[in-house]
Amino acid sequence: MTVEPFEKVVAEHGPVVLRVCRAMLGPVDADDAWSETFLAAMRRYPDLHPGSNVRGWLVTIAHRKAIDQIRRRHRAPRPAGDLPETTALDVMPEPPDEHLRSALAALTDQQRWAIVAHHLAGLPYAEVGRLLDISETAARRSAADGIAKLRTTYLIPAPTRGTDR
Amino acid sequence: MNITTDTDAANRLFIDDLATALPETSTDDLARLSDRLSAAADRHHLLDVSYRSVDSPLGPLLVAATSAGLVRVAFEREDHEAVLAGLAASISPRILRSGRRTDVVAGQLDEYFAGRRRTFDLTIDLRLVSGFRRTVISHLRDIAYGATATYAGVAAATGNPKAVRAVGSACSHNPVPLVIPCHRVVRSDGGVGQYLGGVEAKTSLLAMEAAA
Repeated sequence: MTVEPFEKVVAEHGPVVLRVCRAMLGPVDADDAWSETFLAAMRRYPDLHPGSNVRGWLVTIAHRKAIDQIRRRHRAPRPAGDLPETTALDVMPEPPDEHLRSALAALTDQQRWAIVAHHLAGLPYAEVGRLLDISETAARRSAADGIAKLRTTYLIPAPTRGTDR
Repeated sequence: MNITTDTDAANRLFIDDLATALPETSTDDLARLSDRLSAAADRHHLLDVSYRSVDSPLGPLLVAATSAGLVRVAFEREDHEAVLAGLAASISPRILRSGRRTDVVAGQLDEYFAGRRRTFDLTIDLRLVSGFRRTVISHLRDIAYGATATYAGVAAATGNPKAVRAVGSACSHNPVPLVIPCHRVVRSDGGVGQYLGGVEAKTSLLAMEAAA
């Protein structure tokens, strides 16, 4: 039972990890979270149990790193004279994915994680539940509750519906 | 029942739209992030093996290095994927494609094939070979550019004149061919002998060095 070179792990799962990071963070923070995810994974990679679900493992780390980034950003001191974030949100037009990020941020950790892991990373509910230490049914319910809440808080931008061109 | 189904359908539509609302991940983004990762991994002493491919007149070569030095040069016929899997098993799976440590090797190989370099100035990590094989391979470094030695001669030089076959076997397990010139070891009867990169490659290397 040999372990694949880490380069193959990055090539195979790099895109989905970036997708998860970008759903939760802006471009710069997403890059940082992606790097931190793979660096942490590389550190532990030789001890990874053979036969582990590598994608689930990486997406779990990515989700945690993204939450770390969000908390760090809220804690980070802002330069004097800079507009407070809430004012900026009110005044400036935001890119569509910024709305998605704030809508996702408003969910519970479990709901957000279930949506990210199942709908963005493609993990089956059984795996999502296993990683969260909850049942498959509970994982499915968390994702459904999260989607229901997102539908009330997040308006999908018109051009992405693809019917107006 | 109908209400549930409608909700499911609406949710599915919403989920599809959700996916398209996210920015695409491009190969450029991933290449940039991979470079960044190998730099950070190196800084944190997590990059156990870095490798790259080098174009050569003998076909693409795989060049791999540890923090101790050049650890492997592999010909295409050895199957680079298999070689990398072997390094993951024998050294560490913390392997990334990166020019760190390997660009300097690529540069010297380019110069060698262009006829502008006769000796390699590289640190070599011989951890993949041990015992008599390692002794033999270390001896091969003394065979000068354009010169040749015989398997019997190398056996004698290592103090084991009867170990001619073992010398041949050691040469065929040289982890860093070209840089440690096992191609300069030929048969006593004038035959070229075997080579990891193929007999044709060995013949052309000897011809190239003789003409320089």
